[in-house]
Amino acid sequence: MDAFLNQVFAGLANGGIYASVALALVMIYQATHHVNFAQGEMAMFSTYIAWSLINAGMPYWPAFFLTVAIAFVLGVLVERILVRPVEKAPVLSVVVVFIGLLVIFNSLAGWLYTYTIKVFPSPFPKEPLHWGDHFISAHQIGAVGVTLVVLALLYAFFRFTPLGLAMRAAAQNPESSRLVGIRVGWMLALGWGLASSIGAIAGMMVAPVVYLDPNMMSGILLYAFAAALVGGIDNPAGAVLGGFIIGVLENLLGAYVIGNELKLAFALVLIVGVLVVRPSGLFGRTLVTRV
Amino acid sequence: MSTRHLFVSATVIAGLALSASAAWAQKKYDPGATDTQIKIGNIMPYSGPASAYGTIGKTEAAYFKMINDEGGINGRKIDFISLDDGYSPPKTVEDARRLVEQDQVLFIFSSLGTPPNTAIHKYMNAKKVPQLFVATGASKWNDPKHFPWTMGWQPNYQTEAAMYAKHILQTKPDAKIAVLYQNDDYGKDYLEGFEKGLGAKAKTMIVAKASYETSDPTVDSQIVQLQASGANVFFNITTPKFAAMAIRKAYDIGWRPVQYLNNVSASIGSVLTPAGLEKSTGVISIQYLKDSLDPTWKNDKGMKDWYAFMAKYYPGGDVKDGSNVVGYGLAQTLVQVLKQCGDNLTRANVMKQAANLKNYRTEVLLPGIKINTSPTDYAPIEAMQLIRFDGKEYKSIGKVIGD
Amino acid sequence: MTTASTTTAASNKPRVIGLAALLLAACALPFLVSNYHTFQLTLVLVYAIALLGLNILTGYNGQISLGHGAFYAIGAYVAAILMNSFDVPYWLTVPVAGVVCLAAGFLFGLPALRLEGLYLALATFALGVSMPPLLKYKHLEHWTGGVQGIVIMKPDPPFGLPVNADQWLYFFTLAVALVMFVLGWNLLRGRVGRSLIAIRDHPIAAEAMGVNNALYKALAFGVSALFTGVAGALGAIAVQFVAPDSFSYFLSITLLVGIVIGGLASISGAVYGAIFVQFVPNIADQISKAAPWAIYGVFLLGFMYLMPVGVAGAIRIGWARFRRRAAKRQSSEVVSARLKQPLI
Repeated sequence: MDAFLNQVFAGLANGGIYASVALALVMIYQATHHVNFAQGEMAMFSTYIAWSLINAGMPYWPAFFLTVAIAFVLGVLVERILVRPVEKAPVLSVVVVFIGLLVIFNSLAGWLYTYTIKVFPSPFPKEPLHWGDHFISAHQIGAVGVTLVVLALLYAFFRFTPLGLAMRAAAQNPESSRLVGIRVGWMLALGWGLASSIGAIAGMMVAPVVYLDPNMMSGILLYAFAAALVGGIDNPAGAVLGGFIIGVLENLLGAYVIGNELKLAFALVLIVGVLVVRPSGLFGRTLVTRV
Repeated sequence: MSTRHLFVSATVIAGLALSASAAWAQKKYDPGATDTQIKIGNIMPYSGPASAYGTIGKTEAAYFKMINDEGGINGRKIDFISLDDGYSPPKTVEDARRLVEQDQVLFIFSSLGTPPNTAIHKYMNAKKVPQLFVATGASKWNDPKHFPWTMGWQPNYQTEAAMYAKHILQTKPDAKIAVLYQNDDYGKDYLEGFEKGLGAKAKTMIVAKASYETSDPTVDSQIVQLQASGANVFFNITTPKFAAMAIRKAYDIGWRPVQYLNNVSASIGSVLTPAGLEKSTGVISIQYLKDSLDPTWKNDKGMKDWYAFMAKYYPGGDVKDGSNVVGYGLAQTLVQVLKQCGDNLTRANVMKQAANLKNYRTEVLLPGIKINTSPTDYAPIEAMQLIRFDGKEYKSIGKVIGD
Repeated sequence: MTTASTTTAASNKPRVIGLAALLLAACALPFLVSNYHTFQLTLVLVYAIALLGLNILTGYNGQISLGHGAFYAIGAYVAAILMNSFDVPYWLTVPVAGVVCLAAGFLFGLPALRLEGLYLALATFALGVSMPPLLKYKHLEHWTGGVQGIVIMKPDPPFGLPVNADQWLYFFTLAVALVMFVLGWNLLRGRVGRSLIAIRDHPIAAEAMGVNNALYKALAFGVSALFTGVAGALGAIAVQFVAPDSFSYFLSITLLVGIVIGGLASISGAVYGAIFVQFVPNIADQISKAAPWAIYGVFLLGFMYLMPVGVAGAIRIGWARFRRRAAKRQSSEVVSARLKQPLI
């Protein structure tokens, strides 16, 4: 029983990582109806920027917020300069642009910072919290808390602010949005900026756990993608829940069902199974399109 | 002409002919070697899942630049051509063919990774081009009878794992052992050596085994599994990033087994510090090179030379990264081989000299460890020193083992 | 949008001559370049077959696949296992690999029927990511060689032909490529091709017109996997080594990049994409040793900005523009000639 609970907690901790990155993916999807495959690498790159600031002597929280701001600007610039030229192009061409961004950010990070792992500090206390024999690191609870705060802010933004509404409109129906006076181009840029900021936050929460190196996000991206889809790509809360589900599922599968070697494959098969039964994800809205 | 005249002329001509052929015999070249240059090929994973090791290639390139600045080897400069294979064997094959057939290098040096080197193993031997000092510890590179053109350099994984097994049998014969290993050739090689080292007791002593992939974000789940087995000894077969995670997680969940850590991840700077020095106290490993952060070598000439080299020729390289010491050691060994070749720079002679290293030392090796090779012994470094980390530095356990 | 083009007999002639010239050049190449380049050209042919396969599924049928590397891997391992454990001659392993992948693709295509767009992308990505762990699985190790992989012998030229092993392999691959391309062309320009395109563009209308969507979509997966599996087998024979690390998810991404750069829904696009995928990483490496993949990314961006519909698409647009301008010039000459004549 002990070991089982430990696995569940470890799974929830991992799930928190997937959830935070999944949130960034959902954000970009809600704003642009594209899944940005380069999201993980941009998050990793922003985390390196934070590392540079902290290494230069800046204390943690100022560096944190400065990085979030820099990431926002980075996202806006990437959208305006690199993604805009292909916004009219077929979907797969845009996907290739994202892949291009992915390799560029990854390669730049490796060149500028080398591939040796770096330690990234955590703002949360170092002593683990004990509950009986079980162990939960304060950082991982803190990271989950941060993710939930971001989720709440996102939800409030989209639901209750006119800007959020404008962004959703611009993504769903650009033509009509223009007709009512929404600057669609800037809405997209804003969406990218926000997604990049969320990604930076995710990166800074993840790096203390998995150590900072250019390939930090490549393993996580697949899980985040799966989490976002399982929860419903247009549902931020669903994505977060999806992340936790996948984290726990994977750990339990590895420990009790199929062994560590095939646990990823098995988990993915299960997820695809879920999607076959509920094609819009567990909590997504089924899109009804006119024929 | 008088007979005497004839005799003298004949002698002179004969003498000239002999000395000319002797001169020809002294300077022999295969493709890649000239009077002024030696072309060396190298294949490294500068991108992809193993990109952390690409720094070895960069250290080697920097070292050869230093050698060139100092005049080269026997008057010849080194042209070091290093290609990226992204740790993908088909790309390694393409790179090797390009180096051998297009760039016409004299030999390929320090190619990294077991699958990449396996992919070109037969090709290099069929083409009779040296595959020298490959940067992997798999046991298959020490096979001069079937693959006379391939030679490793670092101590092989199975021998290392057997040393741990022996130590456990000596110090804790009733131990319950848990193993964490990377699910690839390197991890399985260590595991195999470990099980062989434990012999008949392997099945009873090893109570849990868990593997992970390099694409896994953390190994927390595996550590929790291993703790649940009740093991009191932990063999940690992981690469640096995962080693740090494993050490930290084990400590945090309150599991304090006797931990054996593979040499690949024994670096104080790149593994034990990120894991937490107090969490890594007591870790046992082997060492054959000096650790760049170990205070024991603070005033050691070999390490000071290394620091000076890194500062001047590879300032972008991380002095905490043990791989940069490995690259330095490899490059120095190669320079010794090339020096021994003299003006006879044929591929056959390169292999012959590589198999003719007697008690050679590069000063980043631990004291007491020497490099020895022979036509039947293609394992340059076989000696290792068992060490234990005390929270600040590595302390030796016993003497250097092996030769 | 591309439809299967109908061409008249007159306009076919220059095309046939062009293709024949290309074929002649392709046959002459191995004798003009080094063995190493012949090896690279063999790999280009292998990629071209794989990309044609993926294009059938994604370009013509609109089903995205981020996991085609898995079928490439299956084809490669089938060839390697047959040659290594069962001593099957190399040329026989190629069709067997194709058939195995046809079945595998079809079986995967069936549950994938319910998925679209992003969800299909995830499912196929999952397939691509799961392949290396499956290949390393210890219970299959006996055949797959586990993490160590399988080393294959290079085939020798038969009947003592005056070509070396590399050249022979090139010609063998070229022959198979020709067969596959003719097969693909035949398939796509007929009813099947039109059905696939109809399903891609207007699935509901297609179903209403009597196209069996489910069957065609699953078959598209199967046939596409067949092509890619054949390519995998040929690739394994060319490289002489298979290992799980050779078939990571990056291979699947590379194949997708290849068809988009080459041109979706285009047969010639497969060749352009193959050339890009084989040579641009080498070019990028030469441009910058420090961050070669960043240069590769820049190439990707550049190609997508300049040619968003791929090289084949750009050529098609350019050719159409040229023809229009030529026709306009011709008709304006006719008009001005008429104007010069006295009005009767």
